[in-house]
Amino acid sequence: MNIVDLLQSIIPPALFFSAPLIFTAIGGVFSERSGVVNIGLEGLMVMGAFVGVVFNLTFADALGAWTPWISILVAMVVSAIFSLIHAVASITFRAEQVVSGVAINFLALGLGVFLTKQWYDKGQTDMVSKPFYTTDIPLLSDIPVLGPILFQGIYLTSYLAIALAFIAWYVLYKTPFGLRLRAVGEHPMAADTNGISVYKMRYMAVFLSGAFGGLGGSVFALTIALNFSHATIVGQGFMALAAVIFGKWHPLGAMGAALFFGFAQSLSVISAGIPFLEDVPQVYLLIAPYILTILALAGFIGRAEAPKANGVPYIKGNR
Amino acid sequence: MASSKLFNILVPVISVILGLISGAILMLVFGYNPIEGYIALWNGAFGDVYFFGETIRQVTPYILTGLAVAFAFRTGLFNIGAEGQVIVGWLAAVWVGLAVDAPIFVHLPLAILAAAVAGGLWGFIPGILKARLGVHEVIVTIMLNYTALYTANAIIRHVLTDSKDSTETIPASASMASEWLQQITMYSRMHYGILLALFAAIIMWFIIEKTTLGYELRSVGFNQHASKYAGMNVKKNIVLSMVISGAFAGLAGAAEGLGTFGYMSVQSGFTNLGFDGIAVALLGANTALGVIIAAFLFGVLKVGALNMPLAADVPAELVDIIIAIIIFFVASSYIIRWAILRFKKEGK
Repeated sequence: MNIVDLLQSIIPPALFFSAPLIFTAIGGVFSERSGVVNIGLEGLMVMGAFVGVVFNLTFADALGAWTPWISILVAMVVSAIFSLIHAVASITFRAEQVVSGVAINFLALGLGVFLTKQWYDKGQTDMVSKPFYTTDIPLLSDIPVLGPILFQGIYLTSYLAIALAFIAWYVLYKTPFGLRLRAVGEHPMAADTNGISVYKMRYMAVFLSGAFGGLGGSVFALTIALNFSHATIVGQGFMALAAVIFGKWHPLGAMGAALFFGFAQSLSVISAGIPFLEDVPQVYLLIAPYILTILALAGFIGRAEAPKANGVPYIKGNR
Repeated sequence: MASSKLFNILVPVISVILGLISGAILMLVFGYNPIEGYIALWNGAFGDVYFFGETIRQVTPYILTGLAVAFAFRTGLFNIGAEGQVIVGWLAAVWVGLAVDAPIFVHLPLAILAAAVAGGLWGFIPGILKARLGVHEVIVTIMLNYTALYTANAIIRHVLTDSKDSTETIPASASMASEWLQQITMYSRMHYGILLALFAAIIMWFIIEKTTLGYELRSVGFNQHASKYAGMNVKKNIVLSMVISGAFAGLAGAAEGLGTFGYMSVQSGFTNLGFDGIAVALLGANTALGVIIAAFLFGVLKVGALNMPLAADVPAELVDIIIAIIIFFVASSYIIRWAILRFKKEGK
């Protein structure tokens, strides 16, 4: 097995597993940069997966090939609206944000499974008939060496995720909107004094996190899981949250961390075909991403600096 | 001005009521009769002694995981890792149950102790990382949950058995199951673990309220910097708090392993006991007595829910939605306080 074959069997699955994590982690970056801790990413992914699958099943006949794309758009919108519950609780009602996030996770799973039983009379939906399929990207896939590794048998959503990370970086660091959003997360009172509406910025940030979390969940459902049940999203949202912190609350850092997690997750799937991994017991590959994350947090990246006002409700007029 | 003690009682009570009202509305929207639904729930939890026994069985681990999360909260730490600590505790208890041969008064305490130690160790890791390196405990505990899940599964498959999905049943000398309790509850799975749980609650109350250690833990929870300035060892307190918290969660694993099941199976996903413990701790305002009451409520809801599809055709997941809404209102206690004060003013 030469190096090109090896990379070809590692990189596409890694990208495939990373995409949902990247989307969701970007959402987390927006929310936390504005000062709202979002442990509810898991729930937002659950909501996205649920809506994506249900929409896909319902409208597959009417929409044909466009079904998965429209499904993820609808999932984005619904999850964004759903995330407003977290926004209302943690911004307006000054809730403990971690707790409100936990409630989001409970609520999304409860609602999703409840409605699944209601509509399909069983604990899980059917498999979707119109999932995302792998494609070869025209022209780029013909490039020698790189083409087969990066552009053949790839999900378009993977590239969409990477592109989104760069867009998010641009928005957060190069636009007035991004500056305001970060200011609100670092020093809300100063931002308020300068005429930035803290509440409005935080609402928008949480709304965005809902949209991207829903996108991540629906992409996971329509590329990896293919149906919805209580066990569709198990911890991917928490992985995305880890990616946010691992990536030091920076969109590109979060993307890097998510790519790393995706790679680590894909290891246990692809290990059978890779010479030096096939003899490693499965359990080591399964726990590798988690152990590596802990080691990385403890050693490699040093103290991660959270946005200063992260987790602190803003109360106008308080000092 | 109403005292904060009154609020501490009123907020959870109002939250529960609002949660139940929301559940009723949801049932109405989907064309169910909420009264029938709640009667089914009630009967599922208290309908006869069997259901009551099952309710107590479910309350047992909830008390312990609730105490675990509450204890960490008191130090300003958020232990999302109760889930993993339950799993390692369960595994350790069953392991000792199977590996050791001793009379019950040695064997059972040893198995319970093993669970507490395993859980404590699982809490020590995030504790020491937080104290020494400032690593966020939420992320470490989340990662350790998965590590515990997969590692325990591998140990069951390859160490405790020969590629089987479930261990042998532990001998009677390590079991908390009780013929007597089962008999009086028409053979429910109720076991002596409830005594262990109540005892643990007393321990928590004693440590927090009556010891210097408890005072320091609370102090660190209120304000780390002030505590440090007052000469307390903040780092030691953080580690200790996570270890004790983990030990409580480990005991919840013992209750499952030595009491309810008597063995451990490969888990396809989390037990959710740890995550539910977060909700229990919050509703119980992080006090020992509060946790017991909240655990009881959640046990009733969870066990009662199982009867809802049978008796009223309502999906059992409705209860998860109700629990989520209760947590929301507890978290948003500010708005409830505001509403109560407002209401009082208008009444005058």
